[in-house]
Amino acid sequence: MNNLELQKIANEVRKGVITATYHAKSGHPGGSLSAADIYTFLYFEEMNIDPTNPKMETRDRFVLSKGHTAPGYYSTLANRGFFPVEDLKTLRKLGSYLQGHPEMKHIPGVDMSSGSLGQGISAAVGMALGAKLDSKTNRVYTLVGDGELQEGQVWEASMFAGHRKLDNLVVIVDNNGLQIDGNIDDVCSPRPIDKKFEAFNFHVICIDAHDFDQIRAAFKEAKETKGKPTAIIVTSIKGKNVSFMENKAAWHGTAPNAEQYELAMAELEKVGEALCQK
Amino acid sequence: MSEVKKIATRESYGNALAELGNIYPNLVVLDADLAAATKTSIFQKAFPERHIDCGIAECNMMSIAAGLSTTGKIPFASTFAMFAAGRAFEQVRNSIGYPHLNVKIGATHAGITVGEDGASHQCNEDLALMRTIPGMVVMCPSDDVEARAAVKAALEYVGPVYIRFGRAAVPVINDRPDYKFEMGKGVLLREGSDLTIVANGICVSEALAAAERLAEEGVSAEVINIHTIKPFDAELVVNSVKKTGKAVTVEEHSVIGGLGSAVCDALCAEYPAPVKKLGMQDVFGESGAANELVKKYKLDADGIYQDIKSFLNK
Repeated sequence: MNNLELQKIANEVRKGVITATYHAKSGHPGGSLSAADIYTFLYFEEMNIDPTNPKMETRDRFVLSKGHTAPGYYSTLANRGFFPVEDLKTLRKLGSYLQGHPEMKHIPGVDMSSGSLGQGISAAVGMALGAKLDSKTNRVYTLVGDGELQEGQVWEASMFAGHRKLDNLVVIVDNNGLQIDGNIDDVCSPRPIDKKFEAFNFHVICIDAHDFDQIRAAFKEAKETKGKPTAIIVTSIKGKNVSFMENKAAWHGTAPNAEQYELAMAELEKVGEALCQK
Repeated sequence: MSEVKKIATRESYGNALAELGNIYPNLVVLDADLAAATKTSIFQKAFPERHIDCGIAECNMMSIAAGLSTTGKIPFASTFAMFAAGRAFEQVRNSIGYPHLNVKIGATHAGITVGEDGASHQCNEDLALMRTIPGMVVMCPSDDVEARAAVKAALEYVGPVYIRFGRAAVPVINDRPDYKFEMGKGVLLREGSDLTIVANGICVSEALAAAERLAEEGVSAEVINIHTIKPFDAELVVNSVKKTGKAVTVEEHSVIGGLGSAVCDALCAEYPAPVKKLGMQDVFGESGAANELVKKYKLDADGIYQDIKSFLNK
């Protein structure tokens, strides 16, 4: 898929984030928007998956360890055809299968329930180990937040993955620099992130989270890396492409109101129009 | 009378895993640097490539087990009860319980019979914690025969299971040809008419001995072994108490949230009756030999007998 197509899809994913959280009147738009390009690349180019057969045995697995950014995840799955985009409006509502955090039993395409930080990466490690034990060739991807790195379990999982040389595992760190209480550097800095993963015997790649050339190259490099798991640390903008949400911790877990929804959607429409001019 | 054979149920756990490993190629065992103590080392010796030591990281181990189960493996995650149910409670709840994954938790060194290690390692809260997780099967076998049967039953069942094993050797009481283990079904071990004693784990053999002494004084105690605390065999307990009018529960666990509470829950709903809960009375344990602790906290036959006597004389 070419970059322009990916950019257009990522823009649709972002619209879905705004729509879903607006209708839910809650949820986490900031980190969903920062990860939209990564989600898009994974589900539209990188991963071996089949929306018509979500449980396909040979599929690659994805675990959203930073489970609160489910709106971005769901929007991606919906746009990829796992379920109707229209259903995004039911996010977090009583009776909807789109639970506030990823839920594997009822949401097509979700490989692991997650939401309690630090646990998803361990589950992904378990999936990668399972594949290795059976000499299967599928790959396992997990997305963790930079704030999430404060959870000790992330490092328990990383130590194990490095020790077991799980080169079928890619840990993506969405480094948007913000968490609920503010800047990660003020709250409890996880930096240096790259050196930490290196110390845990990972191959580390640092890229711009919103540049598809860099994203593509990084995932290619990860695939070619043998004998080590790979950590791709992506520097991102929280709230990306909605001007009033960008780089604001307040938009970590706040939904747009009607006025903000209109504004955000208008901005994203403009982004979409500009992409169509290209 | 010949000496009664004694085996620690953790030993039974390791042996059962090693036996079943041949039949279930997808059975994998995880441990957290305690393989020699949990006895998963027995399985490790037979199937080294299917024994995964996660190091001292129990929370990670539980979530890894969850991930492994989604790939078709049947993981038995093993560590001390304190760390399995206590430290990793939230991982068990969220990574295993909430998605109802096919993970088995083998928790050894439960209760005060951990002995000399003391209160920090004596988990008297695990059954209470595990029982609150929706869909979790919780078992507490009473001897070697039952422990091995519980492991097999857990393997055959699809879904999360917690099994509690002990460190100290306990008498083999179920070694008889007609013994049948059914997950979720209690076992009526002795019929009686004056009171119902409900016990589990290591307390079953002691409860039987206490019932024997009571019988000598003309008190007829019915004894029920609840090896599966969840799902709970309410029918067996309620029907028994309908006959006897009162119950005494005996467990190597806090009297809050465990077997005693499960019995009270069932009786409250269907047949309210007086219940005396024997067990750890909202206190921590302490260092000492297992048999000394069992005596001090009145979970031996003598202690159970005394407490039942005072309950009956009230």
